[in-house]
Amino acid sequence: MKFGVVVFPGSNCDYDCYHVLANVLQVNTVFLWHEEKDLRSCDCVILPGGFSYGDYLRTGAIARFSPIMQAIRDFIAQGGLVMGICNGFQILVESGLLPGALLPNITGRFICKYTYLRVENVHTPFTHLFTPGEVVKIPIAHHQGNFFMHSPDLLTLRKQEQVVFRYCGPHGERDPRFNPNGSLDDIAGIASANFRVLGMMPHPERCAEDILGSHDGRKIFFSLIQWLEERKSG
Amino acid sequence: MKKNPQRLSEELGLRREEYERIVNILGRLPTPTEIAMFSVEWSEHCGYPHSRKWLAMLPREGNFAPLVGEDAGGIVYDGLAIVFKMESHNHPSQIEPKQGAATGIGGIIRDILGSGARPIACLDSLHFGPPEDKNSLHVFKGVVEGIAFYGNCVGVPTVGGELYFYPAFRGNCLVNVMCVGIAERGKLAQAVARGKGNGILYVGNKTGRDGIGGCSVLASKEFGEGEEKRPSVQIGDPFTEKCLIEATLEALATGFVVGIKDMGAAGLTCSCSEMAAAGRSGVELDLDRIPLREEGMEAWEIMMSESQERMLLCVLQGHEEEVARIFRKWGLEAALVGTVNETGRVTIRHRGAIVADLPAQALTDPPVYNPPAEKPAYLEKVNTLSLVDIPLPENYEKVLLTMLSSPNLSSRRWVYEQYDHMVQINTVILPGTGTPVLRVKGKPWGIAVTTDCNPLYCFLDPYRGTQMAVAEACLNLSACGARPAGVTDCLNFGNPEKPDRYWQFIEALRGIIDACRFFGIPVVSGNVSFYNENPAGVIYPTPTIGMVGILEDVEKAIGAVFGEEGSMVVLLGEPKEELGGSEYLRVIHGLEMGPLPSLDLAYEKRLQDLLIELVEERVILSAMDISEGGLAFALLEACLGGEHPVGVRVDIGRWSNLRTDTVLFGESRGRVIVSVREESYSSLEAYAVRKGIAVTPLGRVGGERWVIHQGEVVLIDLPVEELYKRWEVHY
Repeated sequence: MKFGVVVFPGSNCDYDCYHVLANVLQVNTVFLWHEEKDLRSCDCVILPGGFSYGDYLRTGAIARFSPIMQAIRDFIAQGGLVMGICNGFQILVESGLLPGALLPNITGRFICKYTYLRVENVHTPFTHLFTPGEVVKIPIAHHQGNFFMHSPDLLTLRKQEQVVFRYCGPHGERDPRFNPNGSLDDIAGIASANFRVLGMMPHPERCAEDILGSHDGRKIFFSLIQWLEERKSG
Repeated sequence: MKKNPQRLSEELGLRREEYERIVNILGRLPTPTEIAMFSVEWSEHCGYPHSRKWLAMLPREGNFAPLVGEDAGGIVYDGLAIVFKMESHNHPSQIEPKQGAATGIGGIIRDILGSGARPIACLDSLHFGPPEDKNSLHVFKGVVEGIAFYGNCVGVPTVGGELYFYPAFRGNCLVNVMCVGIAERGKLAQAVARGKGNGILYVGNKTGRDGIGGCSVLASKEFGEGEEKRPSVQIGDPFTEKCLIEATLEALATGFVVGIKDMGAAGLTCSCSEMAAAGRSGVELDLDRIPLREEGMEAWEIMMSESQERMLLCVLQGHEEEVARIFRKWGLEAALVGTVNETGRVTIRHRGAIVADLPAQALTDPPVYNPPAEKPAYLEKVNTLSLVDIPLPENYEKVLLTMLSSPNLSSRRWVYEQYDHMVQINTVILPGTGTPVLRVKGKPWGIAVTTDCNPLYCFLDPYRGTQMAVAEACLNLSACGARPAGVTDCLNFGNPEKPDRYWQFIEALRGIIDACRFFGIPVVSGNVSFYNENPAGVIYPTPTIGMVGILEDVEKAIGAVFGEEGSMVVLLGEPKEELGGSEYLRVIHGLEMGPLPSLDLAYEKRLQDLLIELVEERVILSAMDISEGGLAFALLEACLGGEHPVGVRVDIGRWSNLRTDTVLFGESRGRVIVSVREESYSSLEAYAVRKGIAVTPLGRVGGERWVIHQGEVVLIDLPVEELYKRWEVHY
């Protein structure tokens, strides 16, 4: 089992993802430079947070043209596992690999804080260890995380159970005051129709160790690892 | 630029006697490029002519092994160098708040990077005019935006700092930025150029016309009336900085980098001359090879430019291309622009001619001034507070709510939530919940960081006010369980050529020297910012103390906010009948008066040791030091700062012999509010008694209401939810 963490110039959560995978969970992990054209037989690729290429244009708008994104496109077409966190989610959306758009936060400001999330779909490789409706505490840190799509698309997204995480209160209650950025339908993370590609604004790698105050994010990585292990042995 | 050299030197801010000294050094008339180089290197901002004499007296030794380096000093612990420095970017931020603050972050990060350390955290100590004032609000919001713009992108968490508003900062804001980095002790880099034939490699951004004279024209003068100084402010590019961090650390790891220095204030002039001087070498540069943003730049412009995100490297001969390739991989400029020689001179070529040729040592040895100092007349008047003249409030709820409207006492959440304070996943104690604590991956210990200074205290009594800043920083660190280890200072004052301002500076410096010596903490780095004044007035003297502490076991770190319903609230230390310098006196009675509260350094030290012990032995759950707003506001912050606001019920009847306002709102030193489980109280008491610190149970955490009573009399009884709503402010 091998994980790859993509490094774009301007990625700044690449080491954090690497640390959690390689040092905390002790799985084989490599960095993948944005100019690489193949994924060195990784089983799962993480697109980390940060400001790829500075994001001076629109978040993720430049990164989608990098050489590695072609490789990721092919990987996804073959059913590969890809997880985009924060800027990674923005890049997946810009690349058309996940639906929707991520608009500037409704507050007009960058927001860094812990949020509560409700796990809406536990039938994905990223979430199968959760119980349906489980509430987890995972921080966000972004300026453009306000998920949007047109209503027919939203209906499809819901129908196909592609909504994986929603912002909520400490007990799973939904209320506008628990939605930090104005996201449509309180959406914090979505998956592709085949559930192999996940994009989420919150940062699970920031809460994967007890010393950091929450280890809720670790369960996402555990899910991935177990899913890959079962597939290998199965 | 065909001007009389003497006139040119005046325009660039050099004094007449400085010009004469330059002519003497060279034995001929200086070229325009040489004048430009001297003007920036000898400026107040770079050369410290008014402060160097005093800075030399700061203690360099302490309880932890110090590391006093070229750009950034630090301490050594467990084989790692913890490097830290604080720097001001006041003048640029006042003129162009967003870019001024942004480039302040960029500059201090590169200082840390230049030492070979990975930057792991930033803190900002910010001071503005009152937010009701339209321009002050504009400056404040612009600065916060600039810090978020730059800091978030560059991937270094902004974990703490402070924010205060006083009318004295209306025309001159303070933006003091501190950065902390870590490196293996043996892998630190030096700011030197040495070894004949070694290459001088220019890396990072291109050089443009931005920031010319930033350090000399802008930061080393008072603001005048109606001047346009915006062109002297630099423009920041955090994406390039992020790439520069990664590329530089990668380049240093090759072992081929002999020396490195950031091009910050005074740009290329500063880096090449200081590297040559430090290596006792000469450097020859060819300006035609410098990557330029625009054509037709003159030599003096290139030498003075403060374009951001640039570094100068000295690379082992034969490996220049190898190192350059690393920077190009990251999309950065990398150009071999010169070589090291043994002449001891900085020689600059441009368009085939030599445009400057001067001894490196002379550039880095600016004159030292010792201007007259005189105790300011205002001190007599402001230190005459007599408590009998201060009427006791009739309604303490009203007082509390009025004070709550002071921006100095409200929540800072609106600010720190705009900063990424978690990236690099080391932040153990988050901003707003206590003293910021960082873990060091792979080590059991951690680092705590703080910045402290109350400018009003320093205005009322520069010596004691500064000592109080040092003591408060120590208390903040020990409250989370960290042992104070090292100081970086950022000394903000008015025009040193005015005797009363200079007196404040000397008093503040004496305060740092005496307090740091007493506590055994070295001052490892720092920065002086003079000329923070304008025709409307001068800032309050603000010697900001940045302090780093070590927690032996980072897992034991505690925060300042209450976490457990039902836990006991206990006061360590005792109130005195003191109101001088307090926010209460300022807000409720409209008085900015001393004398300041008394300060007993030996007692403070015992209190610090007690707290470290209590955290080490896991006796207490939280610890909040009492500062601005007194006991009442420390309690309030402990109740409101956590994830969910909690109520409290406390009794201050024990001190009914003292004026009630002094007990609630006085700012007597050496006091900490701790929370503790009932079963641990006797243990807490025993530890405190052993250290000779008074310990008084006040009440309990919990409930929906915030209640303070004095025996039978209820002084304040308000719903927590309402207090929370008033405390959380949005700008």
